[in-house]
Amino acid sequence: MPATFTRHQVETERRDTGYGGKPPVDRRPTGGGGGDENWDSRPSGRRGPREQLVRFRLAMFSGLAGDFVFFAVLVSAFFVRPSSGHISAADTFISDWHPLQAPPILWINTAILLLSTLTMETARRQLFHEIDVMEEWLGLGRPAVRRAAPWLIATIVLGLLFLAGQWIAWEQLSREGFFFSSNPNSHFFYLVTGTHAFHLIVGIGALLFALVAMFRFRKVELRQIAVDCTAWYWHAMGLFWIFLFALIVFFQ
Amino acid sequence: MTVSFLRRRVFTTDHRQLAILYLFLGLAAVIAGTLLSLLMRLHRTWPALALPFYGVLKPEDYLALVTMHGTLMVFFVLTIVPQSAFPNLVLPAQIGATRMAFPKLNAAAFWITLASFLTLLSAFFVPQGAPIAGWTSYPPFTEFAAAGPGQGAGMDLWIIAIALFCVAAEAASVNFLVTILRLRCSGMTFRRLPLTVWSWLVSSGLTVIAFSALLAAAAMLLTDRHFGTSFFLPSGEVLNGIVQRPGSGSPMLWLHLFWFFGHPEVYISILPGMGLASSLLANFTRRSVPAYGLMVVCTLLIGVLGLGVWGHHMFVSGMNPYAGTAFGLTTIAIAVPSSAEVLTWLAMLFRGRLQVASPLLFTLGFLSFFIAGGLTGPILAQPALDAYLHNTFFVVAHFHLVMAMAGVFSVFAGIYYWYPLLTGRLLNEMLGQIHFWISLVAAYGTFFPMHLAGLAGEPRHYAQLAGPVTTFANLLPVERGITWSAFLLAAAQIVFLMNILWSVRRCSHVDANPWRATTLEWSPILHPIVRNGPYVYGPTAAPQQDFLPQWATSEPRVRSS
Repeated sequence: MPATFTRHQVETERRDTGYGGKPPVDRRPTGGGGGDENWDSRPSGRRGPREQLVRFRLAMFSGLAGDFVFFAVLVSAFFVRPSSGHISAADTFISDWHPLQAPPILWINTAILLLSTLTMETARRQLFHEIDVMEEWLGLGRPAVRRAAPWLIATIVLGLLFLAGQWIAWEQLSREGFFFSSNPNSHFFYLVTGTHAFHLIVGIGALLFALVAMFRFRKVELRQIAVDCTAWYWHAMGLFWIFLFALIVFFQ
Repeated sequence: MTVSFLRRRVFTTDHRQLAILYLFLGLAAVIAGTLLSLLMRLHRTWPALALPFYGVLKPEDYLALVTMHGTLMVFFVLTIVPQSAFPNLVLPAQIGATRMAFPKLNAAAFWITLASFLTLLSAFFVPQGAPIAGWTSYPPFTEFAAAGPGQGAGMDLWIIAIALFCVAAEAASVNFLVTILRLRCSGMTFRRLPLTVWSWLVSSGLTVIAFSALLAAAAMLLTDRHFGTSFFLPSGEVLNGIVQRPGSGSPMLWLHLFWFFGHPEVYISILPGMGLASSLLANFTRRSVPAYGLMVVCTLLIGVLGLGVWGHHMFVSGMNPYAGTAFGLTTIAIAVPSSAEVLTWLAMLFRGRLQVASPLLFTLGFLSFFIAGGLTGPILAQPALDAYLHNTFFVVAHFHLVMAMAGVFSVFAGIYYWYPLLTGRLLNEMLGQIHFWISLVAAYGTFFPMHLAGLAGEPRHYAQLAGPVTTFANLLPVERGITWSAFLLAAAQIVFLMNILWSVRRCSHVDANPWRATTLEWSPILHPIVRNGPYVYGPTAAPQQDFLPQWATSEPRVRSS
């Protein structure tokens, strides 16, 4: 049984039609079975529509917590490195840290990534639309998948655009003579943007997987999990980028 | 060896089988690490001794031994056995689950760990051999291939092995976290979790945080070495009279990042042992854990405080002395929850009905080492005292007692205790006791005199004490005693291996719950419903039964003794 979280006007009205039973949907917090039902007292594997979803989400969030520490450690170099110069023979402090003018195209890239987060979220919500999901669950069609697919494709396109934009930014910097090994600031710039781009490439892989999964997976729950976890990963990458971008542009 | 055997025992996602694979990997690592340490002892005592097929050890060979011994023991023994093998063995069972949350991720973690292990060992066989920078790999020594033999390809392999290990440890921990949080059976509330599970919850959380930091640091070190960056590269570095690539990076940054990983790592490896000690003391004294809530809070506190004490490894590194004072304070603060746990264990022993068996003996050994090694912790936590003791054998004695010996003894306790789960047989009790007593005496004989050597100022990482400078020549008798004791300690483990091999075929079968334990890994029921806490010992309504297992269907009717 899949999880849903939106309720349409139609759905609300249909609830008490008096004809037959209600569709077995997850109406939180009790899970649809009545007021005093507690999913947790059931055996594992039969704890309601959200059980598997929550499990995968929790894993994704724990992994992303580790990833956050990973980026935080890279960022620590940004704060330590400027102050790690040396004292010369003439007793002056010498630092080789030079502020870096971020290429303006980063602003456009940031806008593209934010836009992709919106398309991703739209795609994710399609898969939890109660009427559509119930239709899929009953095997009457694939309305949720059909509605989500374009948004997912849009996210992939925007993600690729962002990566292309990052590539252009690296091109511009290297044309001006700033390479990975040029100076401490460019070390940092290339390291964090490169690592972030690597994460986005993984993310695009996940998006492609989710796209295929939506059409191939037979269980509605698994389709939801594929899109949902990809979405949270994608959002986290967007969030990480905003921090990195703010650091690069405003904290030189 | 058929395909079906391989599929059932090796290429499997079954957590019990993975636990066995992890145990074998840990065994391989501990044998390798022990042999390396024995070579070190031989070299310290008889520096001119020519080894068969090799010749006389050079000083750089000694440093390679130090590096690989430390790396093998910390990562592949003290991390994977308590933090990967044991949870795979009993964690799902202890929370009443039949499987892990992510069996494939769990299996992948094992295979990445194995790849990491092989990568690390391959460092011995590349040109110039294994790295020599110590398991902490401080820059600038690790920045250049020219810094010494083994700092080229060997160092790269070390970094890659560590990076792989980080990924594997995190994957395994994510799986454990989700398993503990989401797969508990009906009635297994947080207040009914065995303390081992609480420990794994905290140590898995620490793993996700600490190993991510190490992964990032390793990535930066690798770019420093190969892509011309200078994160950790100081200015004006001169090697063999040649000025190296200029940089104004900060080796201190590596120290901070490494120890931000390194100190939580200590708790990752010892917390499961502490949880196990609580469980086993309850079982073998037939008493409940008197302050279950306090133990849980202490475990959580150790986890949280453990993230804020890393600077105590760096008092003499040039870190701001005020920061040193702050780290000294947090370190002394973490002694409070640790002491609370120790005092609770002692309280359990006091007037407990001790049932002497090898798991209990090894738990008492754990307790003994944890106290003996722990007491030197607050000494080393004071910057003023550490200024003298840093990099002496006093530190070596401290962490070998509190982390290595305590950790290994709790691992032994776990193996003696859970062996029936794997084989349906107990380990031989007499061999177990022989193993225990020789190990205990030899371990103290090996590591306790190191306190004295350290107080006399004997430095770590020095290949030999004899030679033109005779400052420490008067310590040579102590060194010889340590060496003999180390060999005795290693020999005692042969008894253990023999016991394992002998008992798997010869010892008699035991029933499903040989220790009359309460926790769910001994449950005969596959899908239990839990109605009581994890450590309910004492007279019950049923005759001849002094415990109420967690799978019991009746309401708890125990009068706590």
